Amino acid sequence: MTITRAPIELAPAERAVRLIGGDLTEKSLRLHLEGLPGIDAVGLEQRAASLGTRSIKTTSKAWALDRIISLIDLTTLEGADSPGKVRSLVAKAITPDAGDPSTPRVAAVCVYGDMVPYAVDALGGLHGDPDAGGISVAAVATAFPSGRASLAVKLADTADAIAAGADEIDMVIDRGAYLSGRYGLVFDQIVAVKEACRRADGTSAHLKVILETGELTTYDNVRRASWLAILAGADFIKTSTGKVAPAATLPVTLLMLGVVRDWHRLTGERIGVKPAGGIRTSKDAIKYLVTVAETVGEEWLTPHLFRFGASSLLNDVLLQRQKLTTGHYSGPDYVTMD
Amino acid sequence: MTSFLDYAPAPESTAILALKPSYGLFINGEFVDGHGDGFTTISPSTEKRIADIASANSADVDLAVAAARRAHDRTWSKLSGADRGKYLFRIARLVQERARELAVAESLDNGKPIREARDVDVPLVAAWFFYYAGWADKLDYAGLGTNPRSLGVAAQVIPWNFPLLMLAWKIAPALAAGNTVVIKPAETTPLTALIFAEILQQADLPAGVVNIITGAGETGELLVNHPDVDKVAFTGSTAVGKAIARSTAGSGKKITLELGGKAANIVFDDAPIDQAIEGIVNGIFFNQGHVCCAGSRLLVQENIHDDVVERLKARLSTLRLGDPLDKNTDIGAINSREQLDRIRDLSDIGESEGADRWTADCAIPENGFWFAPTIFTNVSTSHRIARDEVFGPVLSVLTFRTPAEAVAKANNTPYGLSAGIWSSNGSRILAVADRLRAGVIWANTFNQFDPASPFGGYKESGYGREGGRHGLAAYLSEAAPAARQAVTSKGATK
Repeated sequence: MTITRAPIELAPAERAVRLIGGDLTEKSLRLHLEGLPGIDAVGLEQRAASLGTRSIKTTSKAWALDRIISLIDLTTLEGADSPGKVRSLVAKAITPDAGDPSTPRVAAVCVYGDMVPYAVDALGGLHGDPDAGGISVAAVATAFPSGRASLAVKLADTADAIAAGADEIDMVIDRGAYLSGRYGLVFDQIVAVKEACRRADGTSAHLKVILETGELTTYDNVRRASWLAILAGADFIKTSTGKVAPAATLPVTLLMLGVVRDWHRLTGERIGVKPAGGIRTSKDAIKYLVTVAETVGEEWLTPHLFRFGASSLLNDVLLQRQKLTTGHYSGPDYVTMD
Repeated sequence: MTSFLDYAPAPESTAILALKPSYGLFINGEFVDGHGDGFTTISPSTEKRIADIASANSADVDLAVAAARRAHDRTWSKLSGADRGKYLFRIARLVQERARELAVAESLDNGKPIREARDVDVPLVAAWFFYYAGWADKLDYAGLGTNPRSLGVAAQVIPWNFPLLMLAWKIAPALAAGNTVVIKPAETTPLTALIFAEILQQADLPAGVVNIITGAGETGELLVNHPDVDKVAFTGSTAVGKAIARSTAGSGKKITLELGGKAANIVFDDAPIDQAIEGIVNGIFFNQGHVCCAGSRLLVQENIHDDVVERLKARLSTLRLGDPLDKNTDIGAINSREQLDRIRDLSDIGESEGADRWTADCAIPENGFWFAPTIFTNVSTSHRIARDEVFGPVLSVLTFRTPAEAVAKANNTPYGLSAGIWSSNGSRILAVADRLRAGVIWANTFNQFDPASPFGGYKESGYGREGGRHGLAAYLSEAAPAARQAVTSKGATK
């Protein structure tokens, strides 16, 4: 007896159609993803550890610290977030170190969707593209952090944030669907959210796709999910929500950077990477900069291709920056709470 | 700042070194003058003098062997295994305490990057002493029956590629098994062995148990051919290994030889590709390719050849060649002018035989001995660069179509020290490994060393094993039947 099942057709996302072909089905997507080369976990972790031993000193360190600040998505994602808290976060984003006006600004503030209007308002004239000196507003959407809601709710969540002025949408994938092998569902949802990122004037908010690597568990899953997200139209692939441990790790980020490098080799197109959660010290953040520069090239170290999703990282970088300028370590009382 | 990747210099300070302007021979627990023609040891990255080194002539070798004999018969072989172990543990801890100093000295004298000396060489040295310290009171379990006996005086000659690590590989098992040692480090890299002599003094090791004599090949020849030596252990070139085997034949000396290699690193089309690229790089460019088990022949499945070569070139372009003491240096200096000349000659021959040469674009410092990472594609099995051991940062890329062809090509060499297999298919790895004639086979990794794992070669790569229980057996003989009986009736004394 043979069971015949109609092929499940997928939304014709441009990249996937170009790479896999016009008759895009769940099966053709699966064949593509499962044909990707495997990852050797030991080797990947060794390579990440070896990149972590680079010794970044003096002028290189000064450059790195400033660059880290300009790549930060300064984040608050708490149930207790309020307009006041968001205004305070924005103030910090604009003036990270009140004692040193030469300190660069962060790339974006990242908040829940209902906080977007307050962030936009607090930024005022500074609201804009970080590559042009502005600060963007990123909103987490699609039933963040679990992603457990109907597609209609996820799309409404996204549309709300866009309408309120969000420049970037950080969506989560449906990890349950991914782990049970329903790649098509995950794919179609990303395509739909990407569509919802479109504004009335034809422009589009940037879409960051959060894989929640801590729940995908294996490196092979992370690689496949990264390709899936890119094929579906992601502008950025992002490691984590910050709500699940482990969040960003250096090996996972190295792996995702490898995917982005391979995609660039294949298509000439540049995709961004955002490690988020768990990066708290300058020392750690510098390891990420080294990994980016030595894996995809330093042209990736710009806000539209690399971001840190972090909150406490900024203050540690400011302390290190003060140490470089003054030669003395200060303490937490010399940087502001946000 | 022009580029973040031009990392600012991060040199490891040499201030931690307390070098003497000149070093004598370490015989019977003391530094004494040598009577051969002394020489200087230089830093291969700057060609600057580091220290004057004594050379042992035949009288000095006699003294050293006599000191070792005395120490063996009167002291070391009479100590209990537990007591020998205590000394080895103490040495291991002192190596750890002085790790940074040893790493800096090794990098300075050998030319290897401080990152490798610090993260690989010195930690492994300590690990080797810790491992064999644990064996010292458990020799009954070495597989040679109860109460195996030490051999006596071991003559050991070691190479310049891992000066201190090879010293540890030789000394640790010899001492654990109750032998005493006369060891000769390579002419170009005596420095860490002499600092190690200071560590032995610090550890209060009984005089004469370890004697360290410096000199050129002649000194080594005198040592291995000395009539009062019971065991010869040599690591180095196959040519010298053959000469030693000839000259010691019929002498009754027990011999282990760890010689050259021309390892195949086999990459199948289902390999974890990014990790395979790292493994290829680590296989041949680790320690400037001065590794006897280096993966110098890349055998890549034909259908992924172009992709692998392209990825490899991109990766090699990120390697940083330069000051070995800079913490960010990946490729240090070639150890000597002589070796540099050999690498250049063989590379030129590769080109003239028709292989395509590609060299990473990196600035070569003015002084010192340097060779940029180089790969040859379009290499045939008959090319000399596919057959001769280059012992430098030069990779030959060959292709295969089926597992059987990969195995045949990998085995088609007079050597047989190591091999690598890259595949996501576990059963294929086992099937191929089974048919490779090489002493060490790495699967989805390369150049991994562990004191518990035996290491050694097939064919012209030598004989005998170092490391693990097997390495211990190279320094022991089975107890005589009479002695065994005596032990059975009286009970073990260990």
